[in-house]
Amino acid sequence: MEEGTRIIITVVGYDRVGIIAGIANILADAGANILDINQTILQGFFTMSMVVDVGKMSVELTDLTRNLKNKGRELGLEINVQHEDIFRFMHRI
Amino acid sequence: MPFSISKDEIMETIHMVQDENLDIRTITMGVNIQDCRGENGKITGEKIYNKVVKSAGNLVKTGHDIEREYGIPIINKRISVSPVSMVGDGLPADDMIIIGRYLDKAAHEAGVNFIGGFSALVHKGFTAGDKALFEALPETLAQTGSVCASVNVGTTKAGLNMTAIAELGGIIKQTARLTKDKDGVGCAKLVVFCNAVEDNPFMAGAFHGAGEAESVINIGISGPGVVLNAVRKYPRIDLGELANVIKKSAFKITRMGELVGRVASSRLGVPFGIVDLSLAPTPSVGDSVAAILKAMGLEEVGTHGSTAALALLNDAVKKGGAMASSYVGGLSGAFIPVSEDEGMISAVTKGALSFDKLEAMTCVCSVGLDMVAVPGDTPEHTIAAIIADEAAIGMINRKTTAVRIIPAPGKEVGDWVEFGGLLGRAPVMAVNKFSSFDFIERKGRIPAPIHSLNN
Repeated sequence: MEEGTRIIITVVGYDRVGIIAGIANILADAGANILDINQTILQGFFTMSMVVDVGKMSVELTDLTRNLKNKGRELGLEINVQHEDIFRFMHRI
Repeated sequence: MPFSISKDEIMETIHMVQDENLDIRTITMGVNIQDCRGENGKITGEKIYNKVVKSAGNLVKTGHDIEREYGIPIINKRISVSPVSMVGDGLPADDMIIIGRYLDKAAHEAGVNFIGGFSALVHKGFTAGDKALFEALPETLAQTGSVCASVNVGTTKAGLNMTAIAELGGIIKQTARLTKDKDGVGCAKLVVFCNAVEDNPFMAGAFHGAGEAESVINIGISGPGVVLNAVRKYPRIDLGELANVIKKSAFKITRMGELVGRVASSRLGVPFGIVDLSLAPTPSVGDSVAAILKAMGLEEVGTHGSTAALALLNDAVKKGGAMASSYVGGLSGAFIPVSEDEGMISAVTKGALSFDKLEAMTCVCSVGLDMVAVPGDTPEHTIAAIIADEAAIGMINRKTTAVRIIPAPGKEVGDWVEFGGLLGRAPVMAVNKFSSFDFIERKGRIPAPIHSLNN
């Protein structure tokens, strides 16, 4: 099976300064390209989903995931990294 | 290809994984070991060990990788092998025990918690290998930690081998005695089937069937929690609409299995076999099939209406799942193991679920009397008769049924058996006190039913 090269990063938590910057920096350092960002704040609660191309990335996906998870802990946010196929398979035929 | 998934859909998936225990229950690699025969148990065992470790060496690592990259938990990575009674045919029981030890060692080396296939297919009669395996069963189950055994005692086409069933009553009692310091846990690794399937990914009943390829990847999905939350969202809709809600959830759950199966198959270079659509519960709260039945409107599982509710659930899961996967197989039906489902345990302790009602419920779902603890002094003939009843249900209804029963040594009704982990804990259930001795002692074969003559 042909595996895609995009991942979905989701971030949920209380809004604060520097969330997007913190995450974008990690992605830039890894050579991952942000394709789309969708973000809302509902009563101070921050949710964001990000589509990222990791096809030309310079680090392993597992390392990127670990860095993002660490950042999440630092900022008090729940960060998930999942391959795009999981959403395409579940929600599209 | 543009990415067109909405944020709500993304959050729905994440909610399923994080709050509703959505996971892949097992990636099971089937390995053909029929070419591993040597002149004795040791040589055969060594060959099996080498082949299993070589074939499945990357299974656990690949599972972990997929888990991390896709963000979906894969609870178990397991191995099934060709029935040992066929591979070791002609060897004595002592050699079968040695083969069992090598299987255990191979499982340990590959990093899996269970390996299935210490099995015999005796629905029509015994080969010398089947007899030796029967003799070796109690010792093997007692001496090994990860070896799972299964025996097929009947099919719709062949009828029931009542001689085998009679013997298994004694084997189960003996296994319980040999593992009495652990509440008879050996019996939790032995499944007695009617209409066993060759591509079942779930333990303890998995084996790599004779019609299978050299090796294969089979996937067992999970997700009672997802279905439960979907059902809870609609407390007032009618049952036809509810079936539809369940179908949609089952579709989504199964798609995860299909995806993981395809990825695992391509990374391991092993053909993708099937996705098993069984809703498999675990002892954790919310991951319960019984809880779904309660959410459908039953005060407790086991009360009147339970069989009907389970029939609806089981059928809707299959209809939703069948659309989601290119190859559906295995057992594919809701599991109602007593010890592995907190809702089932609670129904037994409250007196809502009796042994007889449990048997009735197995007529409409997979798989049978699963992980049921009974008093330690239950006679072996009664255990054989329980197996015969369950196998008859499978034979007549053209479905797989199974019995995994634990006559817990020294325990009585109301006591508990504790196995821990995925095997859970179970209250000891009452069985009928009246004897089936003379019926079981007749032995022989129950002929295949008339509807098996469909050629």
